[in-house]
This record gives sequence, C-alpha cells and structure tokens, in this order.
Amino acid sequence: MKKLTLNKQTKSNLITYGIIVIAYFVIQIMIATHTMSYHMQGMLVTVCSYIILAVSLNLTVGILGELSLGHAGFMCVGAFVGASFSICMKGIITFTPLRFFLALLIGALAAGIVGILIGTPVLRLKGDYLAIVTLAFGEIIKNVINVIYMGIDKNGLHFSTKDTVSLGMEEDGIAVIKGAQGVTGMPQDSNFTIGIILILLTLYIVLHLIQSRDGRAIMSIRDNQIAAESVGIHVSKYKLLAFSISAALAGMAGVFYIHSFDNMSSSVFDYNLSISILVFVVLGGIGSIRGSIIAATVLTILPELLREILYSISKDSNVSQVITNSRMLIYSIILIVMMIFNWSPEVKEWTGKFFGKFKKNKSGKKEVA
Amino acid sequence: MKKMKKLLSLLVVTTMVASMLTGCGNSKEATTWKIGGIGPATGDYAQYGLGVKNAIQIAVDEINEDGGINGVQIEYRFEDDETNNEKSVNAYNTLKDWGMNILIGSVTSGCSIAVSGKTSQDHMFQLTPSASSVDAIKNDNVFQVCFTDPNQGTGAAAYIGDNNMATKVAVIYDSSDVYSSGIYEKFALEAANQPYEIVATEAFTKDSKTDFTVQLKKAQEAGADLVFLPIYYTEAALILSQAKTMGYAPTFFGCDGMDGILTGVEGFDTSLAEGVILLTPFAADATDERTQAFVKKYEERYGETPNQFAADAYDAVYIVKAAIEESGATPADGVSGICDKLVKKMPELKYDGITGEGMTWSATGEVNKNAKAMVIKNGAYSLIQN
Repeated sequence: MKKLTLNKQTKSNLITYGIIVIAYFVIQIMIATHTMSYHMQGMLVTVCSYIILAVSLNLTVGILGELSLGHAGFMCVGAFVGASFSICMKGIITFTPLRFFLALLIGALAAGIVGILIGTPVLRLKGDYLAIVTLAFGEIIKNVINVIYMGIDKNGLHFSTKDTVSLGMEEDGIAVIKGAQGVTGMPQDSNFTIGIILILLTLYIVLHLIQSRDGRAIMSIRDNQIAAESVGIHVSKYKLLAFSISAALAGMAGVFYIHSFDNMSSSVFDYNLSISILVFVVLGGIGSIRGSIIAATVLTILPELLREILYSISKDSNVSQVITNSRMLIYSIILIVMMIFNWSPEVKEWTGKFFGKFKKNKSGKKEVA
Repeated sequence: MKKMKKLLSLLVVTTMVASMLTGCGNSKEATTWKIGGIGPATGDYAQYGLGVKNAIQIAVDEINEDGGINGVQIEYRFEDDETNNEKSVNAYNTLKDWGMNILIGSVTSGCSIAVSGKTSQDHMFQLTPSASSVDAIKNDNVFQVCFTDPNQGTGAAAYIGDNNMATKVAVIYDSSDVYSSGIYEKFALEAANQPYEIVATEAFTKDSKTDFTVQLKKAQEAGADLVFLPIYYTEAALILSQAKTMGYAPTFFGCDGMDGILTGVEGFDTSLAEGVILLTPFAADATDERTQAFVKKYEERYGETPNQFAADAYDAVYIVKAAIEESGATPADGVSGICDKLVKKMPELKYDGITGEGMTWSATGEVNKNAKAMVIKNGAYSLIQN
C-alpha cells in the first residue's frame, strides 16, 4: 500500500514536469514554424517568471498556510541585486551564461537573506496580522530601493541616498541604480529556454521539499500548530525554512524578469504585483502547484489577448470605441467570473463528478490490463 | 470509444491553444503606412497618453484627407501600456504583429527606454513625442520631439541667472519621476556656475504628492525668492494654492510639464498662477494659424484643450511625414529599410511645427529647438521678450 502511494506521488510529479517540457517543445516548434505571434513570443519570459513566482508563493500560502502579501518585495530585492551585479560585471565576465548564472544565484541569495531577516520577527504573527506586516515590508523594500543611488567607477562602488550628483564619481563612472528611476542598461540575458530550466528547478525544489520529511513537518504546522509543537516539531525553524526558500525563489524570478528589460524602476514591484501573484495562487488552487502554473499562464496572457480581440471587434464597428478603452475593466470582470465559477460548490461538484468518472475509467482499464 | 473521445478532446484542446497563441501572420507585404502609438491610456498618467493618442489621430486624419504621404494612406493604431515597462513591450509586440512599420511612442520616458531596446533589435524607426530622458534616445533608431531633460535643466538654470531673477532658489521636485529628477540634476549642476545659490532642495514621490506645506515651509524659511518646479501641472497647481494659503509669494518657475496649469486642473483658481514663469515649446493660445487650427480641432473632437504632450505628438506625425517625403521611403522597403532611410534623413531635416520653428535633429536623436519663456498674465500665457 505504501509503495502505491509513493508511486502516485512520483507520477503526479512527472505529469507536472511533463506539462512544462511538452509546452516548451510545442512552443519551440511554433516559433520555428513562424506560427506564433511576436506578441506572444514577447511574453514568454514574463510568463515564466510569473510561474516561478506563483509556485514559490504557493509554498508560503498553500504549504505553510501563511498569507504573505510582500512577495513582490523579495522579487524586487533579487531583481535589483542581480541587475546591479550584471551591470557591474558586464565588462569583466564576458561569458554570458556564467555571468547570468551568478546573477541569478546572488539575487536568490540576497532575497533569501532578506527573507530570513524579515521572517524571524514576522513569522511570530499569524493570519491577518502576518499579511499586513508582510504587506508593509514589501512596501518598505520598494521605498528603500527608491532612494538608493549606486554608481561604479575605477575606485569602486559609490552609494548615496540623495541623487546621482552626490555620488561623486570619476569621469568614467556609471550610475547603476538611480533611485526612483531604477536601473538602466541590464544585458538582456533572459530567454525562454532559461525560463523553462528555472521553472523546472523551482518545481524540483518545491516538490522535493513538500514531499520530504521537512515538508510534512511544515504542513503539520499549517494543519494544527499546537499538535505539531506537541510532537516536537520546531515550529519557528520550519516556518522560516519555507518562508526563506519561497523568498529566494522569488528573488531568482526577479533576476530573471529584470534581465528581459532595458530598464526597470522599483515602483513596478508594488503591492499590486504582490496581489496579482496571490491571485494566481488563489485562482489556481491554494496548495496546488500545477494549478498555480496554469493560473499564472492564463491570467498573464488573458489581458494581452484582449488587446487583439477588442481591436478586431472595434475595427468592424464604430460603437465599440468604449469597449477598446475598457480593456482592463473587462479583464477584471472576467477575473471575478472565473473566481466565482472556479470555486462555486456546484461547479466543484460537477468537476468532481467529471474527473471522478475519468479516474474510474482509468483504474478500470488497469484491471483489464 | 472512450479512448477515441479522449484523443479527440486532446486534439481539440491543442488546436484551440495553438490558434490562441498564433494571432495574425508575421510577414505580410506592406502597402500602407502603419503607424503605431504606445502610451498610458489608463492609470496615473492617462491624461498624457490620451492626449498623444488623440493628437496622432487628428494628424493622421488630416494627412489621409490630403491624400496620405506620397499618395499612400496611413493606418493608425494605439495601444495602452499603463505606464508599465512590461506592458509597453507587450503593446509594442502587438503592434508588430499588426504590421506596424513606424512607431510613435512611448509617451513616458521609462517605457520608451524599455521599448527602444526592442525597436533597436528589430531596427524599427521610433520617434517619441514626449520621452525626455537621454537614455530614451541612446539607440540609433530613436529620435525625440520634446527637449531632453538636461537641455531643460541647464536652460532653466542659465535663464534664471542670465536675467538675474533671484539670489536664493528653492527646488521642489518629484524624485520618483525620471522627467522631474532628470531636470533637477542638470539644474543643480548648472546652478553651481550661476550667480545665485540653491538654498533648499525638497523632493516628493508619487506616493506623497498631495501635501506640499512641509516643502514650501522649508523653502520659505530658507528665504528663497524663486521656487523652481520641474514637475507636472497637477502637483504644481496644488503647490501654488498651498503657497497662497501660507502667504508665501516667491516667483514660481516651471518647465514644459507645467503647461496645462491654466486649463488642465479642475476647480483650480487660475489667478493663483498669475506671474508664474515657464519654459515651454508650446502654448495652446499661441496666435499662429497652425496652432489655432490644431487646438480648435482638438477641442471640437475631444472637448478639452490639448496640452504640450498632444502638441508634440501632432508634430511627431508631421515630422515622420516630412522625413518620409524627403527620403523617398515606401512601405515596400520593409521595417528595416524604412528605418535606414529615415535615420539617414533625420539629421538633415528642418521642420517647422507647433512646438517650435526650425526644429533640427542631431544624429544621436536629440532635437534642437528653442524653448519659449512664457509668463502667465491675466489668465493667459504671454511670451517674455528678451
């Protein structure tokens, strides 16, 4: 019996990896045969980073069971550290894959460390209180980066919190982080293949953690903290473990994300982004890794698809000028409908029946075989 | 049977997904000019994006009525970027699928920089109406219509010094905005060579742009007799009314973002703006024929007075037209061919528009035109004669 459940888990994992790998090959073929629009090609990297973010947040929200609203903050830390590293090392490490790998590593480490620093005091709180405090921390991170000015010249790094003038750099110096204007001049190292590799890495880490002894300890805290403590589980340690891994993965996603743009300011990583990532997790199903992947993909592509759809509608008639201008409104309505539809008891019952039948068929077939 | 059904459903799903991702074809032989525009149509900066969107529409309609560019009609499509780099690049890719061969955009500096990374890869001609950052034109294929920030900052600092307008200057600027802080930095550099001193430098961010009493108080305590405001008019209007309440009446000096203060803010008492000086290339109540025709058309169609962003965008379309006519480019040249011809032509071009006469461009993409110093008198702009 035990062996069977183990197999089931491995099989489920393999399906998750399989979806990603198959999607990768399908998309590669579509690109090679020119059947994919530039618009969709341009979004591949962002979709990859949102998938990583959603999966990593699911670790905190779904597995640890704590509501975190500061995920964009960790992404921001990773992004800025990674981008600064890449810009500073542009002339020194010319082998791009190595430089990008180091940038990803350093970004993830930085975000992980910030995760531990924030997690240590904050994880003592629970539920709504934790949500509010993480929200605040996310904003603090954003605002701190908003006032940092950093430059590099032959004498080394210069820091300031006032403006680029007060960095006092030599002639050859370049301003790397320019306060609220963010970073400019990252090498555009991100591509779809690296994104898929990072997704697989993230899935490996998260799934491996969930299905390990540590993961079971983390889930027991989620289910009943008092009971978990009573059997000798070190609650703070495991909470911090899940939280910091989640933060580090978000940092890695941030590095990956920022390296597909020429410039980026920290204002992008605001609480709206944190909420969007949370929406991916909630819509995909809290605790469901595969659901997060699908929800992140669909919800990122949807508003962009609406551009095309609304444009083709408005081309044929004159009245719909209003419709084209309310793209984001329509997106929000679709989101509400999807949330209700996905979680209404009737629909759940229906899908339960549907998949139940599906499963029965499968097991039936096995017996025959 | 069951297996068949499953297989069939899988097939259907696959085709559906494939068709969803495909969109329209990529390589179509272009027969018209397809001009794309990108800017914020929703969000905090929507008023600027919409101004650009509408103004391009007016210019495109005018040109099409006159028979197009070299007899070829223009198609125009505008995409929203919500002032977000990621969305701006998405908008650019959407327009690329549509078959765009010339881009007028993006409206804001940050998005323009992000998009210029992509246009330079694709070698597409990009003319930004209002992105003023120097980074926005660092690629060879990008040109701009409005001043660069350094030009404005240095220009304003020199203007104040040359005309002996003040001995003590305070600056209030938006540190979260590329435009505002870009001007401030150059202003501070140039001010060091000028006969006045900067006694107070106060910053705000887009999260704290409703109350300016602290900043004004500091300027007042430092004894500043001129306050330099390199910011947009919405915040400037608040500053003016709060200064009035405090009984603080220095000279206020703004840049082109200040244009619109008389008409753009609802419920703003325009008498407060009396005596404000601003450096701007465009004034909606200028008396020349083209400006008046444009303003009239814009007011008729959209029910509001166009601001400087709109004027820049209107000029941008005509600049593209002039460059195409002089270089003899045709849509059949393809995106890259058009870009080559236009980029070569731009430095030789001389253009008279509603945002400046005798506009010329350097090969780097920077525009060369004169800022007009305006003072607000009796509720209207009037040119300061030097």
